[in-house]
Amino acid sequence: MSKKEEFSQETIDYISKLALLELTDAEKKDLSTQLNDIISYFHKLDDLDTSNVPPTRHPLENIKNVYRNDIPTEGLSNEEALQNAPHKKEGFFKAPKILKD
Amino acid sequence: MIIVTSHDNIIIGLEIHVQLTKLKTKLFCSCSSKYRGAEPNTYVCPICIGLPGSLPVLNEKAVEFAMKLAIALGCKINKSMYFFRKNYFYPDLPKGFQITQYNKAGGKAFGDGGKVIIKKKSGKKEILLNRIHIEEDPGRLVHKGSIVSSPYTLVDYNRSGVCLIEIVTEPVINSPEEAREFLNQLKSIIQYCGIADLDLEGSVRVDANISIKGHARSEIKNINSFKEVQRALKWEIRRQKNFIKRNKLLKQETRHWDDSRRVTVGLRSKEFEKDYRYFPEQDLVPIELKKSYIEKIKNYLPEMPNARMKRFQNQYGLSEFDSEILVMDKDIADFYEEAVNSEKDFESKEYKLLCNWLKGDISRWLNLQNKKITDTDLTPIQVVNLVKLIEEGRITGKIAKSVIGDMMLGTPIKKILKQQGKKRIADEEKLSSICKKVIQENSEIIKDYKTNPRALEALIGKCMKETHGQADPKITRKLLLEYIEK
Ligand SMILES: [Zn+2]
Repeated sequence: MSKKEEFSQETIDYISKLALLELTDAEKKDLSTQLNDIISYFHKLDDLDTSNVPPTRHPLENIKNVYRNDIPTEGLSNEEALQNAPHKKEGFFKAPKILKD
Repeated sequence: MIIVTSHDNIIIGLEIHVQLTKLKTKLFCSCSSKYRGAEPNTYVCPICIGLPGSLPVLNEKAVEFAMKLAIALGCKINKSMYFFRKNYFYPDLPKGFQITQYNKAGGKAFGDGGKVIIKKKSGKKEILLNRIHIEEDPGRLVHKGSIVSSPYTLVDYNRSGVCLIEIVTEPVINSPEEAREFLNQLKSIIQYCGIADLDLEGSVRVDANISIKGHARSEIKNINSFKEVQRALKWEIRRQKNFIKRNKLLKQETRHWDDSRRVTVGLRSKEFEKDYRYFPEQDLVPIELKKSYIEKIKNYLPEMPNARMKRFQNQYGLSEFDSEILVMDKDIADFYEEAVNSEKDFESKEYKLLCNWLKGDISRWLNLQNKKITDTDLTPIQVVNLVKLIEEGRITGKIAKSVIGDMMLGTPIKKILKQQGKKRIADEEKLSSICKKVIQENSEIIKDYKTNPRALEALIGKCMKETHGQADPKITRKLLLEYIEK
């Protein structure tokens, strides 16, 4: 296995940033091992010769064009929509501010 | 000699997002897309607020609408495609990803290439397109005060999941004026396709990439109307030129258009990598478009503005200039055709007169009132009557102009004239006394006339005033000349 496929410190830093996760050093080390195990498991697929197999884009490749008609139906009420939201205000979902000060 | 204007150094590419507002439902759920003016989060369902376990189902009409636009723009339609997930965290995306199309990683846009022809003083220019694709609209964010000072963000998902079509141009636009002209033409084509009404608030969003040759480019986001695009581009060009003039280094950056202050501002958003980790959306099956289906849509596509313009020239003998103005707004062009064809005796003279009324006084009134012709009670037959009354000499052009406003509100021309008692005065005896009176009262102008024949126009104007515009201008002119010569 080539070096760059391993979960280096940099890779862990990068993907945790993408996932908006703040991880402790211990967590990073832990995750690094686990993710490496997962990736190595996937590498088992490399044992097969797939050079003549077209890539699979979708598990249901023979089903195509599943459509719905353009006819409106009743959705959720405002109360129902906000039911599970921990933070709400005046009918809106409430989220943290977007920009840094 | 070739004059190189400063515009030749400007490179602009546009990304235009338009809502397909003529769809009744959203792209992947059956929520109504007519959310405008509604209370927040009342046009939502588990799919468009991203509840776990909910599954998207594609709106067939959205594919048909995208195909119409792709054909109208001359794109090469990809017959086999599937959706992708574009992953990023932002409160307007309830699922943490946007379902969109992607033209890399084995993916395909809806249509590749295509072009829009624009008019320039120096001739025509083709604005080449890179691609068009469909995707879902994010929700709407509301900030208390400004985006910077607001302590929190409020989210309304009524807009979430509405079908957007993204149109990406090549970086071939060389001035803000070209950008405006391109957007006008694009709007017209979209109107002719019958897929969206872009006059609706918030139905359009534009991002612009702009640079001066040899320097870093900036991407301006958040331009929320076609009208604002030209303004934002002008401002950004000035900013970049000033930077270069002062030998400062421009950096590649994303800037926001602040339409209340009318400036672009560089905003430092939270650390946010531009790595969207696109991957195929497994909750939706692939789309396969049959050639026969594409042909069918093509055959049902209405005549496009360019073809209609040429037909107007041939069929009604209008100039290229007049035809272009008339066809730009489909509603005006439809109105015109209904009018010219409602009188079988009408010929090229009347065709031109009707055109003049539509592009002149009627369009002016619509612009002033910020209305569309379909929002008024004016009917084609009324404008036909107006032209007939003028031709029969029963009213003057001046009276006609004065009654347009009332006609726009739906009052028939004949009724207005009856109420106002306005008719052309052609009675020579009556006009004689008016002319004499005017000559007596304006000895200064008569003196002036001896050296300046154009002073006659002033006298005709006085007669018009005396008769509230009803004096027949030809007879008045004849009579005035007679009396002055005496
Ligand atoms: Zn929905």
